[in-house]
Amino acid sequence: MSTTESVPSDAETITAAQVRHVAKLARLALPEAELETMRAQLSRILGYVASLDALDVADVPPTSHAVPLDAALREDVVRDSLPRSELLAAAPATEAGAFAVPKVLEGDS
Amino acid sequence: MSAAAITGLGVVALAEKVQRGELRAVEVAQAFLDRIAHLDGGVGAFLHVDGEGALAQAAGVDRLAPDARAALPLAGVPIAIKDNLCTRGVPTTCASKILAGWVPPYDAHAVERLRAAGATLVGKTNMDEFAMGSSNENSAFWPVRNPWDRTRAPGGSSGGSAAATAAAFAAAALGSDTGGSVRQPGAFCGVAAIKPTYGRISRYGLIAFASSLDQIGPFARTTRDAARVLGVIAGHDPRDATSVAREVPDYEAECGRPLAGMRIGVVREALGEGVEPAVRAALEAALEVYRGLGCTIVDVALPHAQHAVATYYLIAPAECSSNLARFDGMRFGLRTPGADLAETYGRTRAEGFGPEVKRRIMLGTYALSAGYYDAFYVKAQKVRTLIARDYDAAFATCDAVLTPTSPTVAFALGEKTSDPLAMYLADIFTLPPSLAGLPAANVTCGFSPEGLPIGLQLVTRAFDEPGLVRLADGYERASGFAGRRPADPEKAKG
Repeated sequence: MSTTESVPSDAETITAAQVRHVAKLARLALPEAELETMRAQLSRILGYVASLDALDVADVPPTSHAVPLDAALREDVVRDSLPRSELLAAAPATEAGAFAVPKVLEGDS
Repeated sequence: MSAAAITGLGVVALAEKVQRGELRAVEVAQAFLDRIAHLDGGVGAFLHVDGEGALAQAAGVDRLAPDARAALPLAGVPIAIKDNLCTRGVPTTCASKILAGWVPPYDAHAVERLRAAGATLVGKTNMDEFAMGSSNENSAFWPVRNPWDRTRAPGGSSGGSAAATAAAFAAAALGSDTGGSVRQPGAFCGVAAIKPTYGRISRYGLIAFASSLDQIGPFARTTRDAARVLGVIAGHDPRDATSVAREVPDYEAECGRPLAGMRIGVVREALGEGVEPAVRAALEAALEVYRGLGCTIVDVALPHAQHAVATYYLIAPAECSSNLARFDGMRFGLRTPGADLAETYGRTRAEGFGPEVKRRIMLGTYALSAGYYDAFYVKAQKVRTLIARDYDAAFATCDAVLTPTSPTVAFALGEKTSDPLAMYLADIFTLPPSLAGLPAANVTCGFSPEGLPIGLQLVTRAFDEPGLVRLADGYERASGFAGRRPADPEKAKG
């Protein structure tokens, strides 16, 4: 539980091209001007988390939740849900009682 | 009773006076609302104060028949709510621009429980955006100032809730704790803070950050007061599939019980290099207090705890990148239009999220992406197992593990903002119990030479919140630190 582990400076653990690709996967517009700062910060963090490579965990099962969980089942009964009007009230755009979103499919509207 | 005397009272004392009719809930609410209006300008703990709603809830308590009012465990008790817990009709933003102005159509489970128990909800507290941060400086709106020294950070991510409790803007507050976000601000602001076992409190209506770690927890000026709130909000809720169907014990009944014979485990490295001398000295003194109360101190080892920061900063960002995909500008919140759907998503999220949230989404997306999933995410989950096993072994010889909550006292605002990794490393003591899902509490155990609070962290076995409360309360009574409060901040100009 030492708080003084050595921290890598700015190793090239992730490239600019990889950062561009990950931003696209994450649906985050990332201006070129911010790319290098993001790359350097991610590199530093990834360089640090690579310290886990020193551990042999081949025979260790992964923990997804710390407390054992059984599948939570309930009776399949119809219940009231939130009123549509209240949910649509928070939407950026609505039309005809539905969420209005940008066109998803190509072609004539 | 004067307004100053009212706001000086804690949860149990206020509830008792309102239950007996010695104070009206409305006069209690007004005293706290006036205090917020006069003094929060210098702290910045609240993003939204709900005066009208608070007074209406209080009036409802006052209208009840005396018997019905006497049955409410939080009758007229003013409580502040972290802004990532949904409150029906009251703005909930997660301190993010992407949710600015969003008004939820429903209450979180914990909020419902507080209302049903007679509490008065005074407002929504500032936080690090989407609960990502350890200083509150990641709020998209404004940073919170530590009531003990307003040039310092209150800790994070529940910094507003901790500061509001320390400054007596509310008798108690709710926060959320993913990797220390209740305990660390509790330590920095000198208030009692409890992170219960994962699954103890329903997360329904808590806006998700890292679903396998997130847990709601209470702040109050004493452990007994926090235990009262915990008892109200704990319990099963079918709307959260990870909420555990176990009976809720009487936590408050643990307060005042003897500690003799209890065993406290100490990790020697946690009192070594890297821990500020004043923190180390306060912890050593706390061990003497526990010895004096009849506890046995034993050495325990948590050999994998040193890997908790690396493990956490893979698992939490991975889960965050998935959870925050819902903020796409389609159904709620900000939308920044682009030429097509993909550009609309990209611009909305680039404009709506702040730098730390973007960093974690990027980190998590990378860790989950093709070719890296096993090397990063699965590996981290395996190390998580090793960390949990360390605690299992430790609890064979002790009832609780004691460490500092934070290696330092509250740091200066701006001190760590340029180096995200340095900020992460300061979470070294709060992350291991989070990864193991264990209950943990912060208790004030002294003050540094510059007058800043120091906190100790106790960790107990899963669902042993009773043992946690007993140990925290017993220490508090013996040491007397919990009674100390910061001087009022001077009124902000303008």
